[in-house]
Amino acid sequence: MTGAADSMPQDVADYLSAQQRKRLLRFITCGSVDDGKSSLIGRLLYEAKTLLEDQLAVLADESRRIGTTGGELDFALLLDGLSAEREQGITIDVAYRFFATERRKFIVADTPGHEQYTRNMVTGASTADAAVILVDARKGVLIQTRRHSFIASLLGIRHVALAINKMDLIAYSQERFTQLCREYRAFAESIGLVEVTCLPISALQGDNVTVASERTPWFDGPTLLEFLETVQIDEDRLQRAPLRLPIQWVNRPSQDFRGFAGQVASGVLRRGDAVRIGPAGTQSVVTRIVTRDGDLEQAVAGQSVTVCLREEIDVSRGDVLSHPDSAPAAADEFEATVVWMHEQPMLRGRSYLMKIGAKTVTATVMPLKYKINVNTLEHLAATRLDLNEIGVCDLELDRAVAFDPYAQNRATGAFILIDRVTNYTVGAGMLRFALRRSQNVHWQATDVDQAGRARLNGHQPCVLWFTGLSGAGKSTIANLLEKRLHALGQHTYLLDGDNVRHGLNKDLGFTDADRVENIRRVAEVAKLMLDAGLIVLVSFISPFRNERRMARSLVGDAEFLEVFIDTPLALAERRDVKGLYQKARQGQLKNFTGIDSPYETPENPEIRIDTTSVGADEAALEILRELQRRGIVAGE
Amino acid sequence: MTTLTHLQRLEAESIHIMREVVAETDRPVMLYSIGKDSAVMLHVARKAFHPAPPPFPLLHVDTTWKFREMYAARDRLAAEPGIELLIYRNPEAVELGINPFTHGSAVHTDLWKTQGLKKALDRFGFDVAFGGARRDEERSRAKERVFSFRTAQHHWDPKNQRPELWNLYNTRKHKGQSIRVFPLSNWTELDVWQYIHLEKIPIVSLYYAKERPVVERDGALIMVDDERMPLAPGERPALKRVRFRTLGCYPLTGAIESSADSLPAIIREMLAARTSERQGRVIDRDGAASMEKKKQEGYF
Repeated sequence: MTGAADSMPQDVADYLSAQQRKRLLRFITCGSVDDGKSSLIGRLLYEAKTLLEDQLAVLADESRRIGTTGGELDFALLLDGLSAEREQGITIDVAYRFFATERRKFIVADTPGHEQYTRNMVTGASTADAAVILVDARKGVLIQTRRHSFIASLLGIRHVALAINKMDLIAYSQERFTQLCREYRAFAESIGLVEVTCLPISALQGDNVTVASERTPWFDGPTLLEFLETVQIDEDRLQRAPLRLPIQWVNRPSQDFRGFAGQVASGVLRRGDAVRIGPAGTQSVVTRIVTRDGDLEQAVAGQSVTVCLREEIDVSRGDVLSHPDSAPAAADEFEATVVWMHEQPMLRGRSYLMKIGAKTVTATVMPLKYKINVNTLEHLAATRLDLNEIGVCDLELDRAVAFDPYAQNRATGAFILIDRVTNYTVGAGMLRFALRRSQNVHWQATDVDQAGRARLNGHQPCVLWFTGLSGAGKSTIANLLEKRLHALGQHTYLLDGDNVRHGLNKDLGFTDADRVENIRRVAEVAKLMLDAGLIVLVSFISPFRNERRMARSLVGDAEFLEVFIDTPLALAERRDVKGLYQKARQGQLKNFTGIDSPYETPENPEIRIDTTSVGADEAALEILRELQRRGIVAGE
Repeated sequence: MTTLTHLQRLEAESIHIMREVVAETDRPVMLYSIGKDSAVMLHVARKAFHPAPPPFPLLHVDTTWKFREMYAARDRLAAEPGIELLIYRNPEAVELGINPFTHGSAVHTDLWKTQGLKKALDRFGFDVAFGGARRDEERSRAKERVFSFRTAQHHWDPKNQRPELWNLYNTRKHKGQSIRVFPLSNWTELDVWQYIHLEKIPIVSLYYAKERPVVERDGALIMVDDERMPLAPGERPALKRVRFRTLGCYPLTGAIESSADSLPAIIREMLAARTSERQGRVIDRDGAASMEKKKQEGYF
């Protein structure tokens, strides 16, 4: 766009040139009706002189008739867009508001605070650069504050203002303000929100909203408006990210022109750049960046352009242009966070249409790993996601797509799920990472095999899978057995549940879903060691039959020996070597096997050790004999 | 670091929306009302598909009661290369001779515009219609999606809208359903004027102040644009220096007294203006929630 230089009054000329430099910030406001959120936005609009006379007249009239501020202007009414909700006094959806100051133009996403909250807030947050989270100074940081903050963080919002409202009702207490800030910052940090600005405000009185308040002389931070005028716009960060240009449409008006149209999602594209087209991986060079205002030398994140390439290569809608040395990965299996937006639940095994960038594919939901309680942030086992629930699951696509993890790039890591029958947008998601199984990882053939390694070792490999309650004696017996095998010159390795949780599995908790993942990883490691020719001793509670079955099928039935260390709960609890049973009984440890999480007794273990009748040494010897009997270890 | 201005970002977003529609739907059309928002929308469409012309026709749902100058501007546009402009007049309204004077503004708007639009879309088989509406215009618009679905009967259900996240628009629809798409959703009136100024977009001169013959009706200044305007006995149109902030059917469009005869002057007036542009529209005053009601019934 170029400015016009007609003769015009100086004030308008100044104004227009200021407008030309004005930038756009999108933000979301979070809080319940009681926190004074609508009043706050109403006040921002009012003070930014966005409200016009006729709108003010309607507002004044409605304030008198249905307002809740005793005849004063009730700014909350301004934001309740639909008549149905004006009658009920609730807002039902996401509304967008616009205002501008000398420095910036703003788009505010306003979301209601009732039970549809998660869906609406996720929608509003998806396009926001910053979030303003309101709390009532009297009530402090509530469960809902944590929920708002978590969703903001989940959706990739990096900048948060905690607006501590109704300071007038606590006599502008600095002490209370400082205490709330400290409390909130500690929580925010724990969920990855680092850029937090705390503000003492009164939406009703106007303190620190647009003008620094005389009633908080102890506060030297910005007003809310100053915060909004200076907070970083996400686009700046996106420009420094690797180039991503999702192709929306192929422009081919004639034989002479073939352009690829799209909006630059991140990075900078320059004429003459070598580019890679994903997911296929073909390469070409940018010959032109076409716009109706003339060709460009470069295009940056946010611009909609049309690109011409040197080679006549196949590029179609949904492909992603990048630089060859910083190309996005391509995969067809992902772990993703999904927010469910529909009354019909998301179910395992069901397939949905998935729109990611300009590409629409079919995605099948694999087992849910867990869902997240948005109030406590706890991970809970789940088999389905209901409306407004957030969970983590694997998705299997019918073909590969180019992508980035959402945390790195919102544009290439975000997707929506569409129901094939109702056509409704039922879910929104954020890709976390591609799964190992993905088809782009190929098996590399190797010449030295398991049998060869076994010959060199002088014994057969196997996996001994010790299962039993915590404190049953698994590790003790496994340790004694390993010592005996070692003394006999056998190559062994002992994988211990506690030890593995210090490293490989330190990111996992004790929910059902995490336990499943815990076992899966250990089974995979055991399988590698088996392939290396070792006798692998695995000592894990592994309470679920399903997962032991999974481990068995991963390793292979012939080389998998399930060793059930059978100790009654009462006995294990009486021993309580690590003091865990006591903690679990006191409620300090959740999901503890035997107490509030089940142990499923093995039905047909290869070896069963009854610890009420044999000691640990004896048990180790018993297992060794079984190995000899099976020809894994040479006999005496 | 190149920073994009707010207008550049709004333009890029609108282009993205239009390209999504063209890439994913069968028969889109752009509603063309001859007003400034239509002018901006068409300008952005030309940019979106350049060097190709916009790959969809324009549709003017006519009421026969627009300003004469609007018809002249429309016909000039229709003659431009690369522009396919369709004109539709609801035959029922033609037959009944619907006009705002004998039938009132509500019936006039319903038959010519609401019913006219429905019939036009059905008749030509368009499944998607671009409209120039903006969220800042009116309260119920603030909550409408960019992609707004209509039933086969063209009804809007505000409580059952699809969530719209990131820039991922779900364009899937059932047979018979249609979509209204608002690429200028996030623009404000001031943005529109600034953009017209910066991009030198031609607009109908009714937006500029000039001496025009007007009469006062219910507090609104109505321009006597042709001889169909009934005058009370002894009533004489007065010449006043007026302009229009919004354009529609001339008997239903209030003028404002103004001396702003250039874009900078209009923008300066806007900055000082204390009333919203819809104030000049007689139909909005039919009831507190009148726009929402009209939209549920199928008005654009």
